[in-house]
Amino acid sequence: MLKKIIKTNEFFVAMILIVLCLFIGILNPVFFTLQNLFDLCRSATVMGIFAMGALIVIISGGVDVSFTAIAISAMYITVKILLALNFTGTVVVAIALSALIGLIMGLINAAIIAFFKIPTLIATLGTQSLFQGFLLFFIGSKYINNVPDGMLRFARTNLVTTTTSSGAITGLQAGILILIGVAIIVWFILRFTMIGRGIYAIGGSREAAERAGFNVVAIQFFIYGLVGILAGIGGAVFGSHYKQANPFDLVGTELNTIAAVVLGGALITGGKGTVFGAILGVSLVVVINNSLVLIGVPSEWQKVVLGIILIIGAGIPAYKNMMAEKRLKANLSE
Amino acid sequence: MMAEEFLKVNNISKSFAGVHALQNVSFTINTGEIHCLIGENGSGKSTMIKIIAGVYEPDEGEIIIAGKKFKRLHPIDTIREGIQIIYQDFSLFPNFTVAENIALNSQLSENKKLVNMREVRRIAREALESINVSMDLDMLVGQMSVADKQLIAISRALLQNARLIIMDEPTTALTNREVKSLFKVINNLKDKGISTMFVSHKLNEVLEIADRTMVFRNGVKVIDADAKEFDQAKMVYYMTGHNIEEESYKCPDNLREGTPLLSVKSLTSTGNFRDISFDLFSQEIVGITGLLGSGRTELALALFGINPAESGEIIINGEKVRINSASDALKCGIGYVPEDRLTEGLFLERPIGQNIIATTIDKLLNKIRLINQQKMENEIKNWIDGLTIKTNSAQNPVKSLSGGNQQRVVLAKWLASNPRILILNGPTVGVDIGSKTELHETIKNLARQGLGVIVVSDDIPELLHVCNRILLMREGKIVNEFCASEVNEDELAVMLAEG
Repeated sequence: MLKKIIKTNEFFVAMILIVLCLFIGILNPVFFTLQNLFDLCRSATVMGIFAMGALIVIISGGVDVSFTAIAISAMYITVKILLALNFTGTVVVAIALSALIGLIMGLINAAIIAFFKIPTLIATLGTQSLFQGFLLFFIGSKYINNVPDGMLRFARTNLVTTTTSSGAITGLQAGILILIGVAIIVWFILRFTMIGRGIYAIGGSREAAERAGFNVVAIQFFIYGLVGILAGIGGAVFGSHYKQANPFDLVGTELNTIAAVVLGGALITGGKGTVFGAILGVSLVVVINNSLVLIGVPSEWQKVVLGIILIIGAGIPAYKNMMAEKRLKANLSE
Repeated sequence: MMAEEFLKVNNISKSFAGVHALQNVSFTINTGEIHCLIGENGSGKSTMIKIIAGVYEPDEGEIIIAGKKFKRLHPIDTIREGIQIIYQDFSLFPNFTVAENIALNSQLSENKKLVNMREVRRIAREALESINVSMDLDMLVGQMSVADKQLIAISRALLQNARLIIMDEPTTALTNREVKSLFKVINNLKDKGISTMFVSHKLNEVLEIADRTMVFRNGVKVIDADAKEFDQAKMVYYMTGHNIEEESYKCPDNLREGTPLLSVKSLTSTGNFRDISFDLFSQEIVGITGLLGSGRTELALALFGINPAESGEIIINGEKVRINSASDALKCGIGYVPEDRLTEGLFLERPIGQNIIATTIDKLLNKIRLINQQKMENEIKNWIDGLTIKTNSAQNPVKSLSGGNQQRVVLAKWLASNPRILILNGPTVGVDIGSKTELHETIKNLARQGLGVIVVSDDIPELLHVCNRILLMREGKIVNEFCASEVNEDELAVMLAEG
């Protein structure tokens, strides 16, 4: 059992993460302060929510690069509507509205992918442009320096607080609960429901999935609809964190999320990937992006480190696979 | 005991773009019967399977399953009526465990919304037990052998309450021992009243397993009779429409004099083979045979430098050589045609011509290192004519060719590099009987032109027809060496089995 765990990707990523954290923490003890950990959690929240969507798509053998455009569009439209209505109620309404807009956009993705049968990367490259263009032209391209009251109150809601050495009060932002909730739901769907197994099945062999009786088109609508919802939720949390709505935000960062998911052991060709691994991948990317600066690594180098870790992280499992296949072939050729 | 009819096919016809794929075909499969369907490529076997599967709609005729009449079947009808088809690719999920692969389909057709892994494992364990097989339920199917995948596909079929299992060429990728255990499973099913339709072109297997055998040729059922009435010659006659008499290979008597083309002395590779010595002369065809694990493939790979031997000598034309890699072997004039031509030998999507010249393209360059079109076309034409590859254009992709012709393209590819010694591993695996004879003729012609040929095979008739000498391997050693003319099929089969 222990051997099995050591062989997994999750174990490998967890090791890199622990070593990196210890390394940074020893050089600069600030890393291990509660304040820093709370900051890291806040940074991981939005990427984590996006990563759950990216994970589902990657397991099904696809790649979706439009979720950032969906997130920013859904959030911007939501903020605009709620501000126009002078809505001061709960953040739940903002999140629900943003998720609904995300769902509609996700279903547009699904329809294009299912009916034209074009590769998902191409389809979503197209819709990424389409959604953002639509947003800028029809809804607005102006930066909004304000968000509805509910979102502001949510941004100030902390689960626990701590006082920093300089006397300021910081805390663990409540958005992390949304990430935890989303992660549990996605984990449950992927592991215990027939539709979840169908997502893995399509990623393993689409033809076999069809022959087995899975409704592949319906599953695709489920996948891209869910990704739209998650993008919408992530967008709303993102807007709350920054207390502003900038239509030029987020788009362009989707590859960071996809990299985190792949780093967490999801196979880009489909059929393999776990929620736990994706969370680990996101944590690693967040630590690299936020904490290398603590030990004096200039921000340009963060990209280099991220690149190296991604290549190693994706390269080692691929290499292990290659070796395993070679062994299998050697065994089979008598 | 009067047999009960399970599947009855009445006067089925089907044509594609005016070409008759099936004409007025009728047959009956009884409960618990092992019904073999044989025929060459293009005889209508797969069309028939697809009509029963509900993939194709027949132009005429009807199908009656357990008394229920169908004008046209849909895939879901076929499954509901208890017919399961195991395709050559098995339709398994490489990323799922054994347990999930076995149980998922039946869970899905029961319309389950949630998946309970404990339940899945229980179902899978019972399904495997029902065919007396045990395997690791948690292993990923992508890491398993073809034989295991097949057993998984069979257990999965049984879970869907199969009463008839149709197996499309189930033994193509199996070794002899695996075929034996598959047959045990099929006989087991028969005892439970489950019928099998066994579609194949391996005649010895059909002879062994069939209760009833029918033969298709050009879309017509030419005979359908009790299996006892068939022998190999009769089946070949019905499949091809004429008797094929294959002559055994005769090489000149004074052949084994002078310097051998290849001489192997005490070649050893720990765990694979040991103390292997033999000579190969020009114009000779030497067969290397033995059971699974006898070391025959390892020996061939060692001679070609893929898994080099640890000790011993390889002498070519009287000169001692070292072969530590495939490129060493090529330099020594050794060519190797692998067993799995589809994955190791060919670019299936690319034109035939480009495949042929793939290894020799650098010889076809002009002064400024561009490809000399004229030279290339001549080269390609020479090989297509020389090996009688049947195609109307060298521009067609290789996958448009039949198995036998694909194998010729592989041969051409290797011959283009002018080897003096050619090692063929399972040269006719997956090739139908007519093409097989032609391929054998091609191999003999190559030897007559002066090549030394080594054929690694466990196909007994093939060894006897093609080789002049046969080396029998057992547990990594050569245990017997004899002239092909000294033994008959039965004697060789016994010797092989004793290994």
